[in-house]
Amino acid sequence: MPDTAPATGPLIGRDRNWHPPAYTPHYKTSVTRAPQRALVALGSTLTEETGPAFGHSILGPLDNNLILNFTGQPAIGERIIVHGRVLDDSARPVPGVLVEIWQANAGGRYRHKKDGYLAPLDPNFAGCGRAITAPDGRYEFLTVRPGAYPWPNRTNDWRPMHIHFSVFGTGFGQRLITQMYFEGDPLIARCPIVNTVPSADGVGQLVAPLDMNAAIPMDCLAYKFDIVLRGRRQTRFENRLEGM
Amino acid sequence: MQNLHQLKESPSQTAGPYVHIGCMPNFLGNTGTYPVDLGVSPMLDGALGQAITITGRVIDGAGMVLRDVMIESWQADAAGHYPGQPGADANVTGWARFAADFDTGFWTLHTIKPGRAPAPNGQLMTPHIALWIVARGINIGLQTRICFADEAPANAACPVLARVEHKDRIATLLAHATAPGTYSFDIHLQGDAETVFFDI
Ligand SMILES: [Fe+2]
Repeated sequence: MPDTAPATGPLIGRDRNWHPPAYTPHYKTSVTRAPQRALVALGSTLTEETGPAFGHSILGPLDNNLILNFTGQPAIGERIIVHGRVLDDSARPVPGVLVEIWQANAGGRYRHKKDGYLAPLDPNFAGCGRAITAPDGRYEFLTVRPGAYPWPNRTNDWRPMHIHFSVFGTGFGQRLITQMYFEGDPLIARCPIVNTVPSADGVGQLVAPLDMNAAIPMDCLAYKFDIVLRGRRQTRFENRLEGM
Repeated sequence: MQNLHQLKESPSQTAGPYVHIGCMPNFLGNTGTYPVDLGVSPMLDGALGQAITITGRVIDGAGMVLRDVMIESWQADAAGHYPGQPGADANVTGWARFAADFDTGFWTLHTIKPGRAPAPNGQLMTPHIALWIVARGINIGLQTRICFADEAPANAACPVLARVEHKDRIATLLAHATAPGTYSFDIHLQGDAETVFFDI
């Protein structure tokens, strides 16, 4: 039985210096959407320490196969496996949690009414997938490599190839949305959304390396992307603040 | 010095404008992959308690209504128990996911009014619904709570609301009844009415 992440207990506070700040003017939309007042600090309560649970019954057999899960006919693009684990701060697996992804197609176009990029839609690609982590925290998707795409921000900004990830923990306070980038993409360093992450080490945590050990010969390449959720305090000495 | 061998949390990135593709594809009109979107309701038929509807908007610092925002909510049942806890109402799943209307920006949550759950010190928190708000231009999900203006005694005794230093800002956390069982709750990202957001 693997040592898995605890599912109860107080959440360890977020390191706000590691995450992007709210106000990041090179990402222009943040300017009017960033709260300007200080966040009110609150230790986690039962509300954040509990959270929704999803059973495998919600999953269809092709939910993690983005190449086939829209029409049953294969999507166009470079076939890739994207796999990894969901871990806590002590590198313990977080089993049984929902991982959802969405992405542009191989040409850099999203199947969304608000995306008018001139690259064509792929009739066989919706661009969404989901999985529930295994007892060892693992998840796996089969998809196509998403294209880079331009977006209205500065005069010539392009998003690097990326996959959006939505990850649940065992508590609502662990909820996280992030993006996975691909090793070696020269657009990563130029991207103002990537660069909302303050440190190079933080950016590096979002770049998935090519994983030739997981690639399937004559079939597909693979990228490995581990996701770390905020952990829970495990000390046996638990004092409660007055008033909380 | 020894190494703590602790991992950093994966840095957050914006959900962007296309979050619906992954999280609410049927709402978007991308039918065919999932039979239903997750979180369309936080309860099943037979949930105990007062059925309520909360509508609102998320408004930016320029007064524009966000039409690309997605919100998730998490709450206790009518007795203040969270799903999975002993004694919890089996018909309350607690979690919902909803998005602003692409044209009007209004979002709607149909739920039951939650009861009071205990804070870590045993005092009762006021009835509340936790929200997690993501959108284009929001780099890390914003955490706030819907509380209820018609729960004045519970609000006054709530240890979480007591944490809000500027007492006039507590009003930004209160949903107001517009009709029996119907509440309004706008979220302001900036400005004089900026909603209280928590670092939890
Ligand atoms: Fe994107």
